[in-house]
Amino acid sequence: MKRGAGPTAKGVGARLERREDARYLLGRGRYVGDIRLPGMLEIAFVRSPLAHARLCRLDKPAEGGDRVFAAADLVGVAGIRADSGLPGFRSSVQPILAEAKVRHVGEPIAACLAETRALAEDLAERVELDLEELPAVHDMLRARDPEAPLLHEHWDENAFLETAVDRGFEAAIRDAAVVVKRSYRTARQCMAPLEGRGCLAVWDRHLELLTLHSATQMPHIVRTGLAECLGLDHGQVRVVAPDVGGGFGYKGILLAEEVCAAFLAMKLDRPIRWLEDRREHLIAGANCREHAYEVTGYAAADGELLAVDCQAIVDSGAYSSYPFSACLEAAQVGSILPGPYKMRGYRCRTWSVATNKPPILPFRGVARTGVCFAMELTMDALARELGMTPEAIRLRNLVAPAEMPFTNITNKDFDSGDYPEALRRVVEAIDVQGVRARQAAQSGGSRIGVGFAVFCEQGAHGTSVYHGWGIPMVPGFEQATARLTPDGGLELRVGVHSHGQSLETTLAQIVYEEIGIDPAKVKLVHGDTAYTPYSTGTWGSRCIVMAGGAVAAASATLGERIRRIAAHLMQADPDDVTLADGMARAGSSEIPLAEVARTWYRAPQLLPDDVDPRGLEATEGYKTVRDTGTFSYAAHAVVVSVDLDLGDVKLLDYVIVEDAGTMINPMVVDGQVHGGAVQGIGTALFEEMPFDAAGQPLASTLADYHLPVAADIPAIRILHMETPSPLSRFGQKGIGESGAIGPPAAIANAVNDALAPLGVEMTEVPLTPERILRALARAREVAA
Amino acid sequence: MKPAPFDYLAVDDLAGATAALADGAKPMGGNQSLGPMLNLRLARPAALVDLSLVPELRTVEESAEWVRLGAAITHAEIEDGEVPDPTGGWLRAAAANIAYRAVRNRGTLGGSLAHADPAADWVIVMTGLCATALLAGPSGTRRVPLEDFLTGPFATGLRDGEILTAVEIPRPGAGARWGYWKYMRQVGEFAKASAAVLVDRERGRLRCTVGALGRQPLVLAEPEALLAAEVTPREALAQALPGRSPADLALHATALARALAEAGIGDAA
Repeated sequence: MKRGAGPTAKGVGARLERREDARYLLGRGRYVGDIRLPGMLEIAFVRSPLAHARLCRLDKPAEGGDRVFAAADLVGVAGIRADSGLPGFRSSVQPILAEAKVRHVGEPIAACLAETRALAEDLAERVELDLEELPAVHDMLRARDPEAPLLHEHWDENAFLETAVDRGFEAAIRDAAVVVKRSYRTARQCMAPLEGRGCLAVWDRHLELLTLHSATQMPHIVRTGLAECLGLDHGQVRVVAPDVGGGFGYKGILLAEEVCAAFLAMKLDRPIRWLEDRREHLIAGANCREHAYEVTGYAAADGELLAVDCQAIVDSGAYSSYPFSACLEAAQVGSILPGPYKMRGYRCRTWSVATNKPPILPFRGVARTGVCFAMELTMDALARELGMTPEAIRLRNLVAPAEMPFTNITNKDFDSGDYPEALRRVVEAIDVQGVRARQAAQSGGSRIGVGFAVFCEQGAHGTSVYHGWGIPMVPGFEQATARLTPDGGLELRVGVHSHGQSLETTLAQIVYEEIGIDPAKVKLVHGDTAYTPYSTGTWGSRCIVMAGGAVAAASATLGERIRRIAAHLMQADPDDVTLADGMARAGSSEIPLAEVARTWYRAPQLLPDDVDPRGLEATEGYKTVRDTGTFSYAAHAVVVSVDLDLGDVKLLDYVIVEDAGTMINPMVVDGQVHGGAVQGIGTALFEEMPFDAAGQPLASTLADYHLPVAADIPAIRILHMETPSPLSRFGQKGIGESGAIGPPAAIANAVNDALAPLGVEMTEVPLTPERILRALARAREVAA
Repeated sequence: MKPAPFDYLAVDDLAGATAALADGAKPMGGNQSLGPMLNLRLARPAALVDLSLVPELRTVEESAEWVRLGAAITHAEIEDGEVPDPTGGWLRAAAANIAYRAVRNRGTLGGSLAHADPAADWVIVMTGLCATALLAGPSGTRRVPLEDFLTGPFATGLRDGEILTAVEIPRPGAGARWGYWKYMRQVGEFAKASAAVLVDRERGRLRCTVGALGRQPLVLAEPEALLAAEVTPREALAQALPGRSPADLALHATALARALAEAGIGDAA
């Protein structure tokens, strides 16, 4: 029996309360912004006011000019380079401070230092720039036009990468009975963790060590990138991620600001801190999501999906960001657009275009949110064309459980699951029949509709998937170190970082599952390159699979050594020793693990002669059985009401059926799904960072950039299926991004279900009142 | 996002505030609109005088005919019923939906009216209730009806050195009805469209007011025609603002229709 199953459950499957809650809920966390050091100076950056311009001159103020640093002052510092090895990738370098040219509004040009941020901003105001404005590339659809000005002048067109895939497309469409063609858009967004970016760099003369405290989710990757930019040995760089207030991908990126702060800390031998404010965050930082699709769907008369043809453009912004590069998003579009469906043929071309906007960064779900939107709206469009229900066309084409494991048309290896059952359950839970009855009876100024989205999420994918992309980071084995402390507790060291993932709880549950040490006695050490094994970090829904597997392996190895010592102390056979509840037991004998630990550390004279000299500390590495990734999946269903006068969309009911495989802690899974779904609702209804033709961002405060708030969110109902993955240690699947993927597709499909009788079909998110009212007005004109 | 340097002046009384204004300081209430402008360095006053603690602006007076709320009374104090509500709950309901609680804790009635954001709640609610602004300045005190006090977007009839000290809200008569409806996409936002309807036949006060038009509140000249459904909200707005396109006024017409409905005036859509 799993230890998690009983009433005092603490192991795998237990709904254990989070160990980190007390710290976070009582405001006792320690973030970069909470760290102050003697002699510390704060940075305010002078940032480009223009999207595209030549930087002709920069004048430092007469007074305080020695506290102003520009590109020429960064002696020996290399810019950030994140190339992809994919053929045709156009390389660029992101300068730490702009040199000859600025390529987006908000690009750092000079760093100004003072005792407080306010004084640093006073100084920054007095730096004078002579900029010669150039025409800006603001529209991704026209970025590759021959007359478009070039961002990177050694390129022949504004594109980082073009990809193409064709899997039997022409042959597959011959039998098509219906063809639908649609254009879709997802807006540029700014992912918005509660805490922005920030860092504090310190040079330690004694250790000759640069320590960068950074709000990052990937400290080891930041260390590598930082060492390369600064020309330091890795041994001279330590990166510490303290408490981090949400990451979502933004905090996986090495920032120019971090490199700059680190350089200045070494140059001036003073602690240097930069705390991103919300304006910097919105105009210069966390941009993501901007996709445009031309999708053609082909189906047979019985609803069989024959083929999909797609041309997708991703607005990658001005630079290739480290380590994921400018092409991750679009390349992913090509490989995952088919979603959870079978099809005979597939063709997709993508372009990662360069524009005068901040670099696009991976945000929870990465390309999947846009891809799911494009694919699921196409499925609904085909259904309408065929006169089928949305659920029927999906059931017709979803990969069936008997076909698992299934290799799809782009060679994705779906590991397990019952996709049609997830859809059937969500259809029942949302009460589609009830909605149809209410629709038949509705009148007045509003309309209701129901919409669905089904998708799968590849998580914890590793070497075989990433090495082909040739980006600066390829995940390999994940490691963990488990050390029994002299008092019988356990210290666990992992290279991933927990900033909302609840790893302090769930990894402790895995220790309990393996060797029976109470989670309350497990101390997770994470977020410090000096203390933890190298890891690519927290991204790609990988932690519970990869770090969880590594923790299980290290715990098992440690458990074996504990059993040997305990057997000696109890005069028992090691094979008879079991570990549970902090005790080692053999027959009627038992001793506490603290006694085993005391013997190793403090009474080694009592150890057996043949004791394992590696002692009570074990590091183990882990990979899944096959590193093609676990595939969690979900079906979302939503009922909306659309106010025809206001264009306003209200969410009346939201149900998610998801399969995270074996859940280590179901409450944590729920939390991940809830949080992701709220962000997906933001994508669907609210979040948009528009730019004008000059490349100026138009939502530079949270009064203009609309995040979902509590009052916008219905009580989301989550129903679990639990199909263990055959690839992972306990059958767990990565689920961290799942919630954010489905909402735009499900909500847009629901809005279209509501408005189709009025002749409206929305194909762009966010579904703002303005867009809906415009579409309603257009439909009225067409009807008139 | 840190303000440029400025002097902060705390004063003991209204006379001190008046003197500070005469010296060139700018007035500051709860600082909920000014604060962000300071942080963005869009407002760069040399000195601010804090009116939020001035005792004379924190007073409440009552008579059989009216209640006078001091200008430094906060939205939260109105919401929580810590000051009398002459309307029997309309003010409290309006206060409870201003922005969000953190703003209401500091934001003041007078600060909101003097700032005169066309989309602000008190701007339309107080105009809609036929309230009067009480002003004090170097040349004495005066009374100005709200619809005259508000002269444009972010513009008032305050003269140099004058301070809005209180708002006098008339008590409605028996059987009076009220509808206030605003459209915000999200809780906490300024309204995109808003309207207030007062039907107080006993006191002879009929008023249909439309807000968030990018100007001072529009007080419709002939509310009876609307109340009797002789004209639609759309027609009434088109007549009142002939320079604007029907599309621009559609949301406001909806707001007016829904305010009428809230006041229990038939099916006015």
